[in-house]
Amino acid sequence: MTDSAAGSDIVPSQPAAIAAVRVTKRFPGVLAADRVDFHVEHGEVHTLLGENGAGKSTVAAMLCGLYQPDDGHIELNGARVDLRSPREGLAHGIGMVHQHFRLVDRFTVAENVILGDPHQAHVLNPREIESRVAEIGDRFGLPIDPRATTSDLTVGQRQRVEIVKVLYRGADVLLLDEPTAVLTPHEVDALFETVSAITAEGKAVVFISHKLGEVMAVSDRVTVMRAGAVTGEVATADTDQRHLAELMVGRPVEAATRRGSNPTEAALVATDLTVVADGQNVVDNVSLTVKHGEVLGIAGVAGNGQRPLARALAGTTSVDSGTVVICGSDVTGKGPRAARGAGLAFVPEDRLGTGLVPGLSLTDNMLLTRPRSFFVDRKAGRTEAEAAIESYEIKTPGTEVTAAVLSGGNSQKVLLARELANVGEPGGPRVVIVSSPTRGLDIGAAEFVRGLLHDAREAGAAVLIISEDLDEVRSLSDRVAVLYRGRVALEGNTDELEIDTIGLAMAGVDEGEAPR
Amino acid sequence: MNESALVLTLAASMVAAVPIALAALGELLAERAGVLNLGVEGMMLIGAVTAFQIGDSTGSLWLALGIGSLAGALFASIHAFLSVTLRANQIVSGLALVIFGTGLSTFIGKSIEGKPLDTDFTSTRWGVLADIPVLGPMFFDQDPMVYATILLAIALTFYLERTRAGLALRAVGESPATADSMGVAVGMVRYVHVIAGGLLAGTAGSYLVLRQVPSWSQDATTAGIGWIALALVVFASWKPLRVLLGAFLFGFARRANFWLQGEGVDIPAEFLSMLPYLLTIIVLVVWGSRDLRRKVGAPASLGVPYVRDER
Repeated sequence: MTDSAAGSDIVPSQPAAIAAVRVTKRFPGVLAADRVDFHVEHGEVHTLLGENGAGKSTVAAMLCGLYQPDDGHIELNGARVDLRSPREGLAHGIGMVHQHFRLVDRFTVAENVILGDPHQAHVLNPREIESRVAEIGDRFGLPIDPRATTSDLTVGQRQRVEIVKVLYRGADVLLLDEPTAVLTPHEVDALFETVSAITAEGKAVVFISHKLGEVMAVSDRVTVMRAGAVTGEVATADTDQRHLAELMVGRPVEAATRRGSNPTEAALVATDLTVVADGQNVVDNVSLTVKHGEVLGIAGVAGNGQRPLARALAGTTSVDSGTVVICGSDVTGKGPRAARGAGLAFVPEDRLGTGLVPGLSLTDNMLLTRPRSFFVDRKAGRTEAEAAIESYEIKTPGTEVTAAVLSGGNSQKVLLARELANVGEPGGPRVVIVSSPTRGLDIGAAEFVRGLLHDAREAGAAVLIISEDLDEVRSLSDRVAVLYRGRVALEGNTDELEIDTIGLAMAGVDEGEAPR
Repeated sequence: MNESALVLTLAASMVAAVPIALAALGELLAERAGVLNLGVEGMMLIGAVTAFQIGDSTGSLWLALGIGSLAGALFASIHAFLSVTLRANQIVSGLALVIFGTGLSTFIGKSIEGKPLDTDFTSTRWGVLADIPVLGPMFFDQDPMVYATILLAIALTFYLERTRAGLALRAVGESPATADSMGVAVGMVRYVHVIAGGLLAGTAGSYLVLRQVPSWSQDATTAGIGWIALALVVFASWKPLRVLLGAFLFGFARRANFWLQGEGVDIPAEFLSMLPYLLTIIVLVVWGSRDLRRKVGAPASLGVPYVRDER
């Protein structure tokens, strides 16, 4: 491949802002990063692209000081540095914006920004701090009220606080770990404007992602990783999504196409469903219908009622009003056993808490939902577990290890194998509810799962997909419903809804109102 | 005549408030760091008996107060070790301090049982200010510890709200994981504040025997003040100045008998001695509800040991 040549026509006039020089990192049993070279110029957005487990997070962790390379080293402006902690990284001007925010809910924005900053005077000067926070916000397009209480902020605003936190400490290199995962499309646009304001000042940005569209939109250069090694470095101008996907997966990728559906009669019907938690209607008067032979996708920003809705439909949480009907039988408030009895298969978001029993073997986990008799038929369970390992390519030492030892992606596969077995067959499930079906899976496995869900639909099952990943929802569903603050803010056929319309609904903006 | 009885009661309430306030401010520090220390009563008893022994043998008031405070701090370090380093259940560990402290102080106090102590704090009269009606006796004719306690509450408010260390302390109590990732030494912050809390409980106990109790007798010394202090922290929403106000109210309640009797009202002593435990029960009811806890302003990670998530 000639990809490394493409990147080299940028002739650096000064040393790279940050560089990883042939860094290697081993974890027990895994070579997480194998002689990785990665360098970011001043004023550049450089993406680390790769699937889950490709090693991009490991490289980022070494760049910010969270991990120390076993071999190779990190260079800052051409000089070697040994970073022993993220705190030291920050002192050197390297700031990481984590996917999971590290904020104290009860603090004001300003307090969160300066927490742990060693350069603060011992006696704080709130007014000066607040005006600096506001000034940084203005400069980089991150409007934020320094006096606002953090718990009142939206997810997008919290992310701004995280970015301000790093900029406040004068970081010259920003690492953004999957920053768009929690944002609505409009917030993503705002984030990209911030990123260009940051690079305009000569700062370097490392963007970590697996979403090709965003990578193409935001970065100047892309370094692609697969299985711990760099498979290519390309300038964005010289490549396209298909090429990047190939580098990422190692083979040509077919674009997922949805086949037309032939929905028949209603299978899963929720009417005026309301769930109250902490005094709030976390699911607020939701009515949904999923027909046999159709996939309904529930989109929305995390925390808008997806989890309680899934649990209410599956009978694992109590319903305060409204009804749930599965294949004609009213299962409202009758618990998960009644729901399963009526023909439900359920893949919860919490794989190892409510999906699988971490301490039980794969065989026993398979048997959990199987017909109840007094004696357990281990042999049948083992056969089933073996079949699942074979067809789902589950990486495990055997059928008798506990579910807890499997990686996230593999335990996800075990759960899917159990729940999707016998779909459409007589006595098998007729309604399938899946939360985040492909989260944690690599592209190959994700394709496989997509295929399974399509097969389930073809076999006449009603499929409900709940995911925070809008791309996933759109690629899988015949119809899309958007949840905002527990309500259905928008519902329609996938092909007829513009991504902008869905994005506005996710942000709680009524159509007709101006965005932002 | 009746009015002067009330004024005397109010002035005495200031003195009675000091140990309650000191113990509660100490507990507030520990709880703001996320460590619940139910052992206040135990730490106070240890401080009290130590101070009495030192006062008895040296005759020095301030030495007794200082060593009594240190004894409280030493005792609190047991709780810090158990709950921070070993991540033990904080309720169990705190109750252990109470039982241990009660037993140990009885043992140490055997030789001085019933013995009087002739050191006492002297009050300062602030000239004409002390002649102001009501306020004069309350605020301008008191011993140094009364003023020290008021200043401490103000200083702690400033410390919590306006200093870097105070910010780190609050972060540790609210979200230790966040504090840790921002470079705050969570364990260290917890140790320091649990021990500082013990120091103040020790001071409170010492002051009790040096000022208010004529002779050593364990039952008469703390009489549930440690439990009142625990309840007070909750009622004061973890705010030092409110602790001060609350301590005065509780101090008044403890001294009100004298005045009320003059007024012809007689509250049974049994009722008053029951009060601390009643309050503790009310607090536990608040404690039981996560919603209520959040509403009254409890540190979000109070009572939860911190385990760093190592990926």
